[in-house]
Amino acid sequence: MPEIIDYDNVVSAVVDILQKAQTTLPKDVITALEKAKDRETSNIAKEQIEAILKNIEIAGNRKIPICQDTGIIIFFVELGRKAVIGFNLEDAIHEGVRIATRSIPLRPNAVDPLSRSNTGDNTGEGIPDIRYEINDSNSIKITVAPKGAGSENMSAIRMFNPTEKENIRNFILDTVLNAGGKPCPPIIVGIGIGGSFDKAARLAKNALLKNTEDMTEQERMLLEDINSLGIGPMGLGGKTTALAVHIKKAHCHTASLPVAVNIQCWANRHASVTLGGDA
Amino acid sequence: MMEYRLRTPLKKDDILKIKAGDIVYLSGTMFTARDEAYARILEMAEEHKELPFDLEGAVIYHCGPLMNETADGWEVVAAGPTTSARMSKMTPKLLELHQVRAFVGKGGMDNVKEAMENKAVYLAFTGGCAALAAMAIENVLRVHWKDLGMPEAVWELEVKDFGPLVAGIDSHKNDMFLDVRKKANEAYSMIE
Repeated sequence: MPEIIDYDNVVSAVVDILQKAQTTLPKDVITALEKAKDRETSNIAKEQIEAILKNIEIAGNRKIPICQDTGIIIFFVELGRKAVIGFNLEDAIHEGVRIATRSIPLRPNAVDPLSRSNTGDNTGEGIPDIRYEINDSNSIKITVAPKGAGSENMSAIRMFNPTEKENIRNFILDTVLNAGGKPCPPIIVGIGIGGSFDKAARLAKNALLKNTEDMTEQERMLLEDINSLGIGPMGLGGKTTALAVHIKKAHCHTASLPVAVNIQCWANRHASVTLGGDA
Repeated sequence: MMEYRLRTPLKKDDILKIKAGDIVYLSGTMFTARDEAYARILEMAEEHKELPFDLEGAVIYHCGPLMNETADGWEVVAAGPTTSARMSKMTPKLLELHQVRAFVGKGGMDNVKEAMENKAVYLAFTGGCAALAAMAIENVLRVHWKDLGMPEAVWELEVKDFGPLVAGIDSHKNDMFLDVRKKANEAYSMIE
Protein backbone atom coordinates (compact mmCIF):
# COMPACT_ATOMS: atom_id res chain seq x y z
CA MET A 1 0.00 0.00 0.00
CA PRO A 2 1.35 3.42 -0.87
CA GLU A 3 1.93 5.79 2.00
CA ILE A 4 -0.92 8.26 2.41
CA ILE A 5 -0.08 11.85 1.47
CA ASP A 6 -2.06 14.38 3.46
CA TYR A 7 -2.15 18.16 3.73
CA ASP A 8 -0.10 18.29 6.94
CA ASN A 9 2.64 16.04 5.47
CA VAL A 10 3.10 18.48 2.61
CA VAL A 11 3.10 21.57 4.87
CA SER A 12 5.78 20.17 7.17
CA ALA A 13 7.83 18.76 4.27
CA VAL A 14 7.84 22.20 2.62
CA VAL A 15 9.03 23.82 5.86
CA ASP A 16 11.78 21.16 6.18
CA ILE A 17 13.14 21.52 2.65
CA LEU A 18 13.06 25.31 2.90
CA GLN A 19 15.04 25.11 6.14
CA LYS A 20 17.56 22.79 4.49
CA ALA A 21 17.86 24.83 1.29
CA GLN A 22 18.25 28.15 3.08
CA THR A 23 20.80 27.09 5.69
CA THR A 24 22.97 24.53 3.86
CA LEU A 25 24.34 24.08 0.36
CA PRO A 26 24.41 20.89 -1.72
CA LYS A 27 27.72 19.05 -1.24
CA ASP A 28 28.72 19.32 -4.89
CA VAL A 29 28.53 23.13 -4.71
CA ILE A 30 30.73 23.22 -1.60
CA THR A 31 33.25 20.87 -3.25
CA ALA A 32 33.37 23.15 -6.31
CA LEU A 33 34.00 26.19 -4.08
CA GLU A 34 36.79 24.38 -2.20
CA LYS A 35 38.48 23.47 -5.48
CA ALA A 36 38.13 27.07 -6.66
CA LYS A 37 39.80 28.35 -3.49
CA ASP A 38 42.83 26.11 -4.13
CA ARG A 39 43.02 27.25 -7.75
CA GLU A 40 43.06 31.00 -7.00
CA THR A 41 46.48 32.65 -6.75
CA SER A 42 45.56 36.25 -5.87
CA ASN A 43 45.05 36.99 -2.18
CA ILE A 44 41.85 38.96 -2.70
CA ALA A 45 40.25 36.17 -4.76
CA LYS A 46 41.30 33.52 -2.24
CA GLU A 47 39.93 35.59 0.65
CA GLN A 48 36.56 36.02 -1.05
CA ILE A 49 36.13 32.25 -1.35
CA GLU A 50 37.43 31.71 2.18
CA ALA A 51 34.76 34.12 3.44
CA ILE A 52 32.13 32.20 1.46
CA LEU A 53 33.21 28.85 2.96
CA LYS A 54 33.31 30.32 6.46
CA ASN A 55 29.85 31.80 5.92
CA ILE A 56 28.46 28.42 4.85
CA GLU A 57 29.89 26.87 8.00
CA ILE A 58 28.40 29.54 10.30
CA ALA A 59 24.99 29.32 8.62
CA GLY A 60 24.96 25.53 8.94
CA ASN A 61 26.05 25.51 12.57
CA ARG A 62 23.68 28.27 13.68
CA LYS A 63 20.85 27.17 11.38
CA ILE A 64 20.46 30.63 9.89
CA PRO A 65 20.06 31.53 6.21
CA ILE A 66 23.27 31.55 4.17
CA CYS A 67 22.23 34.81 2.50
CA GLN A 68 19.84 37.52 3.72
CA ASP A 69 18.31 37.43 0.25
CA THR A 70 16.30 34.31 0.90
CA GLY A 71 14.94 34.76 -2.60
CA ILE A 72 11.63 34.29 -4.24
CA ILE A 73 10.55 30.75 -3.61
CA ILE A 74 10.34 28.43 -6.62
CA PHE A 75 9.00 24.89 -6.43
CA PHE A 76 9.41 22.06 -8.91
CA VAL A 77 6.75 19.44 -8.23
CA GLU A 78 6.95 16.00 -9.84
CA LEU A 79 3.48 14.55 -9.49
CA GLY A 80 3.06 10.80 -9.76
CA ARG A 81 -0.08 10.05 -11.72
CA LYS A 82 -0.85 7.22 -9.30
CA ALA A 83 -0.47 9.37 -6.18
CA VAL A 84 -3.72 10.18 -4.41
CA ILE A 85 -4.05 13.81 -3.40
CA GLY A 86 -7.37 14.56 -1.76
CA PHE A 87 -6.58 18.17 -0.90
CA ASN A 88 -5.43 21.41 -2.49
CA LEU A 89 -1.69 20.91 -2.98
CA GLU A 90 -1.08 24.57 -3.77
CA ASP A 91 -2.71 25.67 -0.50
CA ALA A 92 -0.43 23.27 1.41
CA ILE A 93 2.70 24.61 -0.31
CA HIS A 94 1.67 28.21 0.37
CA GLU A 95 1.03 27.42 4.03
CA GLY A 96 4.47 25.78 4.29
CA VAL A 97 6.06 28.95 2.87
CA ARG A 98 4.19 31.19 5.32
CA ILE A 99 5.20 29.03 8.29
CA ALA A 100 8.85 28.81 7.15
CA THR A 101 8.96 32.60 6.67
CA ARG A 102 8.28 32.99 10.40
CA SER A 103 10.09 29.93 11.77
CA ILE A 104 13.46 29.95 9.94
CA PRO A 105 12.95 33.01 9.49
CA LEU A 106 13.03 34.17 5.85
CA ARG A 107 13.11 37.74 4.61
CA PRO A 108 9.73 38.76 3.21
CA ASN A 109 10.59 39.42 -0.43
CA ALA A 110 7.30 39.25 -2.32
CA VAL A 111 6.07 42.68 -3.38
CA ASP A 112 3.50 44.04 -5.83
CA PRO A 113 5.52 44.75 -9.00
CA LEU A 114 4.29 48.34 -9.30
CA SER A 115 3.14 49.60 -5.90
CA ARG A 116 6.08 47.67 -4.33
CA SER A 117 3.99 46.92 -1.24
CA ASN A 118 5.30 43.84 0.57
CA THR A 119 2.90 41.00 1.42
CA GLY A 120 5.08 40.14 4.42
CA ASP A 121 4.96 36.35 4.08
CA ASN A 122 6.59 35.47 0.74
CA THR A 123 3.28 34.52 -0.85
CA GLY A 124 1.22 36.56 -3.29
CA GLU A 125 -0.21 36.45 -6.78
CA GLY A 126 1.76 33.75 -8.63
CA ILE A 127 4.28 33.53 -5.76
CA PRO A 128 5.64 31.06 -4.74
CA ASP A 129 6.15 29.94 -8.31
CA ILE A 130 5.11 26.29 -8.57
CA ARG A 131 5.93 24.21 -11.67
CA TYR A 132 4.32 20.82 -12.13
CA GLU A 133 5.48 17.82 -14.08
CA ILE A 134 3.61 14.54 -14.23
CA ASN A 135 5.33 11.16 -14.15
CA ASP A 136 4.30 7.52 -13.75
CA SER A 137 5.08 7.08 -10.04
CA ASN A 138 2.78 6.98 -7.03
CA SER A 139 4.68 9.65 -5.11
CA ILE A 140 5.17 13.42 -5.12
CA LYS A 141 8.66 14.86 -5.29
CA ILE A 142 8.93 18.50 -4.24
CA THR A 143 12.11 20.48 -4.93
CA VAL A 144 12.53 24.01 -3.67
CA ALA A 145 15.00 26.46 -5.17
CA PRO A 146 15.02 29.93 -3.55
CA LYS A 147 16.30 32.46 -6.10
CA GLY A 148 17.99 35.70 -5.11
CA ALA A 149 17.53 38.86 -7.17
CA GLY A 150 21.20 39.83 -7.52
CA SER A 151 21.87 37.01 -9.91
CA GLU A 152 18.37 36.78 -11.40
CA ASN A 153 18.59 40.44 -12.49
CA MET A 154 21.67 39.64 -14.59
CA SER A 155 19.91 36.97 -16.65
CA ALA A 156 19.06 37.44 -20.33
CA ILE A 157 17.04 35.96 -23.17
CA ARG A 158 17.35 36.40 -26.91
CA MET A 159 15.34 35.20 -29.89
CA PHE A 160 17.97 34.33 -32.51
CA ASN A 161 17.36 33.64 -36.17
CA PRO A 162 17.69 29.91 -36.92
CA THR A 163 20.86 30.55 -38.95
CA GLU A 164 22.63 32.41 -36.10
CA LYS A 165 23.63 29.50 -33.89
CA GLU A 166 27.31 30.46 -34.03
CA ASN A 167 26.34 33.63 -32.09
CA ILE A 168 25.05 31.72 -29.06
CA ARG A 169 28.46 31.49 -27.43
CA ASN A 170 29.01 35.26 -27.74
CA PHE A 171 25.58 35.93 -26.26
CA ILE A 172 26.42 33.77 -23.23
CA LEU A 173 29.83 35.43 -22.79
CA ASP A 174 28.33 38.93 -23.24
CA THR A 175 25.78 38.17 -20.55
CA VAL A 176 28.46 37.03 -18.09
CA LEU A 177 30.73 39.95 -19.00
CA ASN A 178 27.94 42.47 -18.57
CA ALA A 179 27.06 40.96 -15.17
CA GLY A 180 30.63 41.37 -13.91
CA GLY A 181 30.76 41.20 -10.11
CA LYS A 182 27.06 42.00 -9.64
CA PRO A 183 25.59 38.47 -9.45
CA CYS A 184 28.02 37.31 -6.69
CA PRO A 185 30.48 35.23 -8.69
CA PRO A 186 31.63 32.49 -8.77
CA ILE A 187 28.35 31.88 -10.58
CA ILE A 188 26.61 28.88 -12.06
CA VAL A 189 25.31 29.49 -15.59
CA GLY A 190 22.07 27.80 -16.64
CA ILE A 191 21.38 27.87 -20.38
CA GLY A 192 18.16 26.99 -22.14
CA ILE A 193 18.30 26.47 -25.90
CA GLY A 194 15.18 25.99 -27.95
CA GLY A 195 11.54 25.65 -26.92
CA SER A 196 9.81 29.01 -26.99
CA PHE A 197 10.34 32.41 -25.36
CA ASP A 198 9.21 31.17 -21.93
CA LYS A 199 10.25 27.54 -22.36
CA ALA A 200 13.88 28.54 -22.95
CA ALA A 201 13.86 30.47 -19.67
CA ARG A 202 12.34 27.51 -17.82
CA LEU A 203 14.98 25.18 -19.29
CA ALA A 204 17.73 27.56 -18.18
CA LYS A 205 16.37 27.66 -14.63
CA ASN A 206 15.95 23.89 -14.56
CA ALA A 207 19.57 23.47 -15.67
CA LEU A 208 20.68 25.11 -12.41
CA LEU A 209 19.46 22.06 -10.50
CA LYS A 210 22.01 19.78 -12.17
CA ASN A 211 24.98 18.44 -10.21
CA THR A 212 27.78 21.03 -10.40
CA GLU A 213 30.40 18.54 -11.53
CA ASP A 214 28.23 16.85 -14.10
CA MET A 215 29.20 18.69 -17.30
CA THR A 216 29.43 17.74 -20.97
CA GLU A 217 32.44 18.57 -23.13
CA GLN A 218 30.55 21.52 -24.62
CA GLU A 219 29.66 22.84 -21.16
CA ARG A 220 33.27 22.49 -19.98
CA MET A 221 34.53 24.45 -22.97
CA LEU A 222 32.07 27.26 -22.24
CA LEU A 223 33.16 27.22 -18.60
CA GLU A 224 36.76 27.61 -19.72
CA ASP A 225 35.83 30.59 -21.93
CA ILE A 226 33.93 32.25 -19.09
CA ASN A 227 36.76 31.74 -16.62
CA SER A 228 39.29 33.14 -19.09
CA LEU A 229 37.54 36.53 -18.67
CA GLY A 230 39.16 36.89 -15.23
CA ILE A 231 36.18 38.58 -13.56
CA GLY A 232 36.80 36.34 -10.56
CA PRO A 233 35.09 35.99 -7.18
CA MET A 234 32.90 39.08 -6.52
CA GLY A 235 34.24 40.78 -9.66
CA LEU A 236 37.53 41.61 -7.92
CA GLY A 237 39.57 39.57 -10.41
CA GLY A 238 40.61 35.92 -10.36
CA LYS A 239 40.43 32.58 -12.09
CA THR A 240 36.97 31.53 -10.98
CA THR A 241 34.16 33.53 -12.54
CA ALA A 242 31.92 30.45 -12.80
CA LEU A 243 31.81 27.06 -11.09
CA ALA A 244 29.72 25.34 -13.74
CA VAL A 245 27.79 25.72 -16.98
CA HIS A 246 24.70 23.60 -17.61
CA ILE A 247 22.72 23.47 -20.84
CA LYS A 248 19.21 22.11 -21.41
CA LYS A 249 17.66 21.86 -24.84
CA ALA A 250 14.19 21.43 -26.33
CA HIS A 251 12.91 21.25 -29.89
CA CYS A 252 11.69 24.57 -31.20
CA HIS A 253 9.84 26.10 -34.12
CA THR A 254 11.65 25.78 -37.47
CA ALA A 255 11.71 29.59 -37.71
CA SER A 256 13.10 30.35 -34.25
CA LEU A 257 16.05 29.79 -31.95
CA PRO A 258 15.40 31.07 -28.42
CA VAL A 259 18.34 31.14 -25.99
CA ALA A 260 18.05 31.98 -22.28
CA VAL A 261 20.89 32.50 -19.83
CA ASN A 262 19.92 32.24 -16.17
CA ILE A 263 22.64 33.39 -13.80
CA GLN A 264 22.88 31.80 -10.37
CA CYS A 265 25.10 33.13 -7.56
CA TRP A 266 27.47 30.78 -5.72
CA ALA A 267 24.68 30.07 -3.24
CA ASN A 268 22.99 27.53 -5.53
CA ARG A 269 20.38 26.60 -2.95
CA HIS A 270 18.00 23.72 -3.47
CA ALA A 271 16.58 20.77 -1.56
CA SER A 272 14.05 18.01 -2.30
CA VAL A 273 11.67 15.62 -0.56
CA THR A 274 9.66 12.66 -1.81
CA LEU A 275 6.28 11.93 -0.24
CA GLY A 276 4.22 8.78 -0.64
CA GLY A 277 5.26 5.89 -2.82
CA ASP A 278 5.83 2.27 -1.81
CA ALA A 279 8.96 2.84 0.23
CA MET B 1 48.32 46.95 0.43
CA MET B 2 47.39 48.52 3.78
CA GLU B 3 44.90 47.48 6.44
CA TYR B 4 42.87 50.09 8.33
CA ARG B 5 40.57 49.85 11.34
CA LEU B 6 38.23 52.84 11.32
CA ARG B 7 35.52 54.14 13.63
CA THR B 8 32.41 56.09 12.59
CA PRO B 9 31.64 58.91 12.04
CA LEU B 10 34.41 58.87 9.43
CA LYS B 11 36.50 61.97 8.84
CA LYS B 12 37.71 63.09 5.45
CA ASP B 13 41.30 62.19 6.40
CA ASP B 14 40.21 58.64 7.28
CA ILE B 15 39.09 57.96 3.76
CA LEU B 16 41.64 60.00 1.80
CA LYS B 17 44.40 57.63 2.91
CA ILE B 18 42.57 54.55 1.62
CA LYS B 19 43.77 53.25 -1.77
CA ALA B 20 41.93 50.79 -3.99
CA GLY B 21 42.90 47.27 -2.92
CA ASP B 22 43.39 48.14 0.77
CA ILE B 23 41.57 46.22 3.48
CA VAL B 24 39.27 48.03 5.92
CA TYR B 25 37.43 47.01 9.10
CA LEU B 26 34.68 49.31 10.40
CA SER B 27 33.40 49.85 13.92
CA GLY B 28 30.57 52.13 15.01
CA THR B 29 27.31 52.74 13.17
CA MET B 30 26.23 51.72 9.67
CA PHE B 31 22.94 52.78 8.06
CA THR B 32 21.39 50.28 5.68
CA ALA B 33 19.93 51.96 2.59
CA ARG B 34 19.02 50.57 -0.81
CA ASP B 35 16.67 51.41 -3.68
CA GLU B 36 13.58 52.75 -1.86
CA ALA B 37 15.48 54.46 0.98
CA TYR B 38 17.80 56.19 -1.51
CA ALA B 39 14.77 57.43 -3.43
CA ARG B 40 13.19 58.76 -0.24
CA ILE B 41 16.40 60.51 0.87
CA LEU B 42 16.48 62.35 -2.47
CA GLU B 43 12.74 63.09 -2.38
CA MET B 44 12.99 64.61 1.09
CA ALA B 45 15.75 66.94 -0.07
CA GLU B 46 13.54 68.15 -2.89
CA GLU B 47 10.78 68.84 -0.40
CA HIS B 48 13.29 70.55 1.96
CA LYS B 49 12.54 68.07 4.72
CA GLU B 50 15.05 66.98 7.33
CA LEU B 51 16.10 63.34 7.55
CA PRO B 52 15.35 61.46 10.77
CA PHE B 53 19.03 60.39 10.90
CA ASP B 54 22.37 62.14 10.47
CA LEU B 55 24.50 61.17 7.47
CA GLU B 56 27.49 63.41 8.34
CA GLY B 57 30.55 61.13 8.14
CA ALA B 58 28.22 58.18 7.81
CA VAL B 59 28.68 54.72 6.36
CA ILE B 60 25.82 53.56 4.12
CA TYR B 61 25.44 49.81 3.88
CA HIS B 62 23.75 48.51 0.73
CA CYS B 63 21.85 45.81 2.53
CA GLY B 64 18.32 44.56 2.99
CA PRO B 65 18.73 42.66 6.24
CA LEU B 66 16.76 39.72 7.52
CA MET B 67 15.62 40.76 11.00
CA ASN B 68 13.71 39.07 13.78
CA GLU B 69 11.47 40.94 16.22
CA THR B 70 11.74 39.70 19.80
CA ALA B 71 10.26 40.96 23.07
CA ASP B 72 13.43 43.04 23.54
CA GLY B 73 13.36 44.59 20.08
CA TRP B 74 14.96 43.70 16.78
CA GLU B 75 17.82 41.28 16.26
CA VAL B 76 19.81 40.62 13.11
CA VAL B 77 19.48 37.14 11.60
CA ALA B 78 21.40 37.60 8.35
CA ALA B 79 22.65 40.81 6.77
CA GLY B 80 24.98 40.54 3.78
CA PRO B 81 25.40 43.19 1.08
CA THR B 82 23.07 43.70 -1.88
CA THR B 83 24.06 44.61 -5.46
CA SER B 84 25.36 48.19 -5.16
CA ALA B 85 25.06 49.00 -8.86
CA ARG B 86 21.31 49.51 -8.52
CA MET B 87 22.09 52.62 -6.46
CA SER B 88 24.72 53.99 -8.90
CA LYS B 89 22.52 56.59 -10.57
CA MET B 90 21.26 58.07 -7.30
CA THR B 91 24.68 58.22 -5.64
CA PRO B 92 26.15 61.45 -7.12
CA LYS B 93 23.06 63.40 -5.99
CA LEU B 94 23.17 61.78 -2.55
CA LEU B 95 26.83 62.80 -2.19
CA GLU B 96 25.96 66.40 -3.12
CA LEU B 97 23.39 66.49 -0.34
CA HIS B 98 25.08 64.54 2.44
CA GLN B 99 28.66 63.96 3.55
CA VAL B 100 28.52 60.20 3.45
CA ARG B 101 32.11 58.93 3.69
CA ALA B 102 31.79 55.26 2.80
CA PHE B 103 29.46 52.90 0.99
CA VAL B 104 29.59 49.21 1.81
CA GLY B 105 28.15 46.78 -0.71
CA LYS B 106 29.01 44.21 -3.33
CA GLY B 107 29.74 44.07 -7.02
CA GLY B 108 30.92 47.68 -7.41
CA MET B 109 29.13 50.78 -8.69
CA ASP B 110 28.94 52.38 -12.14
CA ASN B 111 30.11 55.91 -12.97
CA VAL B 112 30.57 57.13 -9.40
CA LYS B 113 34.35 57.72 -9.45
CA GLU B 114 33.99 61.46 -10.06
CA ALA B 115 31.28 61.91 -7.46
CA MET B 116 33.40 60.08 -4.88
CA GLU B 117 36.60 61.99 -5.63
CA ASN B 118 38.02 63.45 -2.40
CA LYS B 119 34.72 62.63 -0.70
CA ALA B 120 33.98 58.96 -0.21
CA VAL B 121 35.10 55.37 -0.75
CA TYR B 122 33.35 52.19 -1.83
CA LEU B 123 34.10 49.12 0.29
CA ALA B 124 33.20 45.63 -0.87
CA PHE B 125 32.06 42.87 1.45
CA THR B 126 31.84 39.32 0.10
CA GLY B 127 28.39 38.91 -1.46
CA GLY B 128 26.10 36.29 0.01
CA CYS B 129 28.02 36.15 3.29
CA ALA B 130 25.06 37.16 5.40
CA ALA B 131 25.74 34.87 8.34
CA LEU B 132 29.35 36.06 8.50
CA ALA B 133 28.25 39.71 8.36
CA ALA B 134 25.70 39.17 11.12
CA MET B 135 28.52 38.06 13.46
CA ALA B 136 30.03 41.55 13.29
CA ILE B 137 26.73 43.34 14.00
CA GLU B 138 26.37 43.79 17.73
CA ASN B 139 23.14 45.75 18.00
CA VAL B 140 20.19 47.11 16.12
CA LEU B 141 20.04 50.71 17.33
CA ARG B 142 17.01 52.02 15.45
CA VAL B 143 14.83 51.44 12.43
CA HIS B 144 13.55 54.23 10.20
CA TRP B 145 10.90 54.09 7.47
CA LYS B 146 9.53 50.68 8.35
CA ASP B 147 6.68 51.39 5.93
CA LEU B 148 9.13 50.57 3.10
CA GLY B 149 9.22 46.93 4.28
CA MET B 150 11.96 44.99 6.06
CA PRO B 151 14.52 44.91 3.21
CA GLU B 152 14.02 48.56 2.17
CA ALA B 153 13.83 50.26 5.58
CA VAL B 154 16.83 52.11 7.06
CA TRP B 155 18.35 50.08 9.88
CA GLU B 156 20.90 51.68 12.17
CA LEU B 157 23.36 48.92 13.03
CA GLU B 158 26.10 48.96 15.62
CA VAL B 159 29.07 47.03 14.22
CA LYS B 160 32.43 45.91 15.52
CA ASP B 161 35.33 45.18 13.17
CA PHE B 162 32.96 44.73 10.25
CA GLY B 163 35.09 43.22 7.49
CA PRO B 164 37.35 42.37 5.85
CA LEU B 165 36.21 45.00 3.36
CA VAL B 166 38.12 45.49 0.12
CA ALA B 167 38.44 49.13 -0.97
CA GLY B 168 36.94 48.67 -4.45
CA ILE B 169 36.72 52.38 -5.34
CA ASP B 170 38.89 54.93 -3.56
CA SER B 171 38.52 58.71 -3.39
CA HIS B 172 41.30 59.19 -5.96
CA LYS B 173 39.36 57.85 -8.96
CA ASN B 174 40.73 54.30 -8.80
CA ASP B 175 38.19 51.55 -9.38
CA MET B 176 39.21 47.90 -9.05
CA PHE B 177 36.00 46.67 -10.64
CA LEU B 178 36.55 48.85 -13.68
CA ASP B 179 40.14 47.58 -14.02
CA VAL B 180 38.94 43.97 -13.86
CA ARG B 181 36.24 44.78 -16.40
CA LYS B 182 38.76 46.33 -18.80
CA LYS B 183 40.95 43.23 -18.57
CA ALA B 184 37.86 41.03 -19.05
CA ASN B 185 37.00 42.95 -22.23
CA GLU B 186 40.53 42.39 -23.51
CA ALA B 187 40.36 38.70 -22.64
CA TYR B 188 36.99 38.50 -24.41
CA SER B 189 38.45 39.92 -27.62
CA MET B 190 41.17 37.22 -27.44
CA ILE B 191 38.68 34.34 -27.39
CA GLU B 192 38.63 32.69 -30.84
